[in-house]
Amino acid sequence: MEETQANSGGADEPIPFMQQLMDNPFLLLFIGVTMPTVFYILWGIMEITAIPIAN
Amino acid sequence: MSIFPPEQRIWWKEPIERSEILWVVIALVWCLILFFMMPYWHIVGEQNLTNEAYRIKPEAFAKRTEAFAEKYKVREEGDTGIPVVRPPAGSDIYMLGRLWEWWPVLELQKDKTYRLHLSSLDWQHGFSLLPENINIQVHPDYEMVITIKPNRSGEYSVVCNEFCGIGHHTMVGKIYVVDK
Amino acid sequence: MTINRDFRTCPDTGFKIHLPADKLIKWNAVSGVVFLMIGGLFGIAVALTRWPAVHLLPADWFYLALTAHGLDVLLVWLIFFEVAILYFASSVLLGSRLASPKAAWAGYWLMLIGAVMTNIAVLRGDSSVMFTSYVPMKAAPDFYLGIILFAVGALLACFVFFGTLVIAKQEKTYEGSVPLVTFGATVAAVIAVFTIAAGAIILVPTLLWSVGYISHIDTLMYKVVWWGMGHSSQQINVAAHIAVWYALAAILFGAKPLSEKVSRTAFLLYILFLQLASAHHLLVEPGLSSEYKIFNTSYAIYLAVLASMIHGLTVPGSVEAAQRKKGFNKGLFEWLRKAPWGNPAFSGFALSVVMFGFLGGISGVMMGTEQLNIIIHNTIYVPGHFHATVVTGTTLAFMALAYWLVPTLWQKELVLPGLAKWQPYLFGIGMGLVSVFMMGAGTLGVPRRHWDINFADAVMGYDFPGAAHLMMGLNGMAALMGALGGAIFILNMVGTILWGKPKTKAAEEEAPAPAPEPVVATYGNAGTMAVPGTFTLAMVFLVSFVLYYFVNWKYLAGVWPLS
Ligand code: HEM
Ligand SMILES: [Cu+2]
Ligand SMILES: [Cu+2]
Repeated sequence: MEETQANSGGADEPIPFMQQLMDNPFLLLFIGVTMPTVFYILWGIMEITAIPIAN
Repeated sequence: MSIFPPEQRIWWKEPIERSEILWVVIALVWCLILFFMMPYWHIVGEQNLTNEAYRIKPEAFAKRTEAFAEKYKVREEGDTGIPVVRPPAGSDIYMLGRLWEWWPVLELQKDKTYRLHLSSLDWQHGFSLLPENINIQVHPDYEMVITIKPNRSGEYSVVCNEFCGIGHHTMVGKIYVVDK
Repeated sequence: MTINRDFRTCPDTGFKIHLPADKLIKWNAVSGVVFLMIGGLFGIAVALTRWPAVHLLPADWFYLALTAHGLDVLLVWLIFFEVAILYFASSVLLGSRLASPKAAWAGYWLMLIGAVMTNIAVLRGDSSVMFTSYVPMKAAPDFYLGIILFAVGALLACFVFFGTLVIAKQEKTYEGSVPLVTFGATVAAVIAVFTIAAGAIILVPTLLWSVGYISHIDTLMYKVVWWGMGHSSQQINVAAHIAVWYALAAILFGAKPLSEKVSRTAFLLYILFLQLASAHHLLVEPGLSSEYKIFNTSYAIYLAVLASMIHGLTVPGSVEAAQRKKGFNKGLFEWLRKAPWGNPAFSGFALSVVMFGFLGGISGVMMGTEQLNIIIHNTIYVPGHFHATVVTGTTLAFMALAYWLVPTLWQKELVLPGLAKWQPYLFGIGMGLVSVFMMGAGTLGVPRRHWDINFADAVMGYDFPGAAHLMMGLNGMAALMGALGGAIFILNMVGTILWGKPKTKAAEEEAPAPAPEPVVATYGNAGTMAVPGTFTLAMVFLVSFVLYYFVNWKYLAGVWPLS
């Protein structure tokens, strides 16, 4: 941020990791499907199956 | 422009203007507050929804509710003769939802706690306690046990606010809260 | 197989438009608008029934109309239009041919057939189960089948979109990263894939259950997975309409994102966290733990809200920066005062940003809070909230885009430019009031999806306060105003397409939306101008947000203790 000049690097400077990630739609697709599947759907189903039977 | 590719080949390293950073920081702080309000309320707040729930067959829940109503019935009410049930303070109390009524009517004492068991015998129903505006989803096959403490006396209505078929808008129950 | 490589050059914008994409965008957009009209008519009928003094429909027709309304507008209108946006953002913005127009057409027909099939099932009267179709309430098999076909069609459209991204990259139709708008559309498509997968997981078994092959569907499982679809599809809308906002800012003002990095990272937060919020719908269900509810309903520490607040600054901020560059530099707000308020593409866009944020965003975060949900769940506050998001937010943004897209793609002049000027205000303010009145009535406990809050034929009843009845009446009046705005939009679009005069050179100057000219050569990032006006507005937003949020905690603290 100390830089004031917007331009960075020449044509051969490697693309930063985060930019590569965001330039890859299939990686994004993978993340975007995995996150809610694990945290929302699978976790939710586990909670439901763990509900005890009334005695 | 936003409809053309970025001008810089490497846009990730572009410095960010100050007001934008400032806003991101302010927003992040606010988001943290939003988040911590929930656990905080679990610790200091009095209105938290229970996690206590069980699987139960509708027939079994109906049996329990009927036994409960039988035991503590004090009178009947209205054309349908729906029982009004006055359970002792601190006890387990039952209310079932079915097409299209909440059964039975409860009479509770002010400032006493009760363990309210809710379930449905058929479709899903919405337990909406008015005018408090406490709303809880009621499922068949699952029983939820909520500890409640009515803190104002009066006549309360339980309106169904989950669509449950053509008679949905007629599904209303009652809870009385009495001083003694 | 020969690949269709026929392009035309858009005389307004200079974009190279692939002819099959051109046609697909048009057909998907038009189909969406037709279903908006059908769904809107059901909406008016519903709103007039909920106006206690009018009480238009009998009970069975009310529940039928409400089911049809939800399906036709929420699902069919928005997704058809979003497919058009996906094709626009990939094929047109990247100057690429569309991957497999055949698959795209197959998707289109599946969506259309599915939508018609479900509508027929609903209109027959045996499937008035609301669009949520919570089990064990059962609809006819073709109700579910129609939705499944529609979803499969939409999935094909997503594949065509991703395929087009691949082709554009391979054929080097652009350099570097895709435009921000295309990136936003990618986010929408990613969310759409999850949405449709969740839908398939739950609706296929439900279809089998409705036919009789499966005996039981667990009500809680159904809800968890169904909302994986139901809520995520709202997140498609959010990602799509924010992409549209950026697009309109660019088209109308030549605006550039303040910072590519910040805006794209905000979109990335959507991919990571936005869909978790499906748990908003499960906050008062039995058996789900508070940990699960808190983590998911808060999008993991509200990081998706953070993203929305960022877009809320950068979208108007990019407009401010562009306007200041053009010399509208006086004071805090000259840039805003001198904006083209008479151009429906702009006024629709501006109202959409403001109402989505102030009405939809704040109420949504409030009611998505684990404990606060107790005091609004299933009240009419909920439809109040989502008419702000999905109507004054998404629908209005799409309308604004249509004011530019339709004359541009068809090369025709708007038939009713005078009325078009007023349309976003009528529709936006009308529907904004609809939201406000429904939210107001909801805080008094008025239930959603309810035919008669007078309980005329119920054994026991409840006397709602006069204010509740009043607000439901005002809601009906506001609905008429909004509906009038909606009708003008549809008239304008259909009229322009069917009878619009071909665009002439001279008319182009007064066309509602000017061609995008790169008025701003380089600003942004280090060279970005400060955006004090937008920052001030953002602070106003924050203060409203904080106040409203804590007022509701205060309400909550007043109700019966429960644990
Ligand atoms: C003419 C414009 C519209 C009017 C007058 C209108 C009015 C209403 C009203 C009064 C309700 C009923 C609330 C209830 O009884 O529970 C409703 C429900 C709903 N509306 Fe609208 N609306 C309009 C447009 C839209 C649009 C454009 C969308 C989506 C893009 C939309 C989405 C919905 C949804 C999803 C529901 C919930 C249905 C359900 O509970 O199953 N509406 N609308
Ligand atoms: Cu019910
Ligand atoms: Cu009901």
